[in-house]
Amino acid sequence: NTLSSSSSSLKKKKKNSELFTLTYGALVRHLLLDLESPEEVNKQLDKMGHNIGIRLVDDFLAKTNTRRCRNFSEATKTIAETGFKMFLGVTARVSPVDDKECKIVFNENPLTDFVELPEKLQQLRYCNLLCGVIRGALEQISMKVEVDIARDPLKGDDKFELHMKLVEYVNEEYPFKDD
Amino acid sequence: QRRRKKTQYISLFCSKIEVFESTNQKNEYECRLADVGFDVGVRMLELLVHREKAGKRENRILGILSFLHTNVWKSLFGKTADSLERGTSADDEYMISDHDLLVNRYISVPRDMGHLNCGSFAAGIVEGVLKSAGFPARVTAHSVASEGLSRPKTTILIKFAPEVIERDERLGS
Repeated sequence: NTLSSSSSSLKKKKKNSELFTLTYGALVRHLLLDLESPEEVNKQLDKMGHNIGIRLVDDFLAKTNTRRCRNFSEATKTIAETGFKMFLGVTARVSPVDDKECKIVFNENPLTDFVELPEKLQQLRYCNLLCGVIRGALEQISMKVEVDIARDPLKGDDKFELHMKLVEYVNEEYPFKDD
Repeated sequence: QRRRKKTQYISLFCSKIEVFESTNQKNEYECRLADVGFDVGVRMLELLVHREKAGKRENRILGILSFLHTNVWKSLFGKTADSLERGTSADDEYMISDHDLLVNRYISVPRDMGHLNCGSFAAGIVEGVLKSAGFPARVTAHSVASEGLSRPKTTILIKFAPEVIERDERLGS
């Protein structure tokens, strides 16, 4: 009995993410129709992700009551372990390379359920929105980062891997001078 | 769990609105939203028919409307639609209403956009489902003030193509 209820809750979880998956797919498809070049679409996805990311941080902080991350390592750990779970329902692991670089690895990704990339779209970074989201979110806590898709199952790899590099800590600028 | 998914979905949706912000015309905006919705609808039908109805196809208007109101709405928005009615002004019109449509809940439209309705996305989904199921129709979204509700409800107006009405009448007799 517990087996059937857990499988039905898994089904429910999948169902709820379907709207998300399908909408993202339709969005990418329409961007491709409009912009034609996969490179342009990559840029647009990153930009959109960025817009989402800068808003998402507030939402995240409000919901989780976490302490503000003080550095790159803490931030990436929080993103991988809490953020991914909360917003994508995905369990991700972070492997730091050093204190300015790390990899985030995960096996599932609701954005890419049902998706197959045709040959001529190999240049397309389908999940680029995710990179933009992370970039935008970290920007809100004064970190300028670069995020790349290092491994992508849509291109034949065995798992998803995002490669993150800290470019610099950005000092918060006040809009007015104190003196 | 579901609420969290909703948040991120809404964020995605808001950013979509921003992407389309580059087109200034309100009409174009709604068309674009509807287009994306259409794509979603087409695939949603495939998924749902396969999963929930074991591949059985609807061939009556009331059947497909009920499918929309119950199965499709539940799958997309987590609940059935609030009402399904026959249009009063024409024989080929039906309306599905939702008092609190998910996509309209968190979005505030800037004043210069006037009567932009993000329900166009939902209308697009409905149109995609209907077209794929063999019931071509023109589908639009409208905000309707309603007694007892703090916000206007969203009404999806469905106007079936003449051949759909004719076919349904033939099947009925």
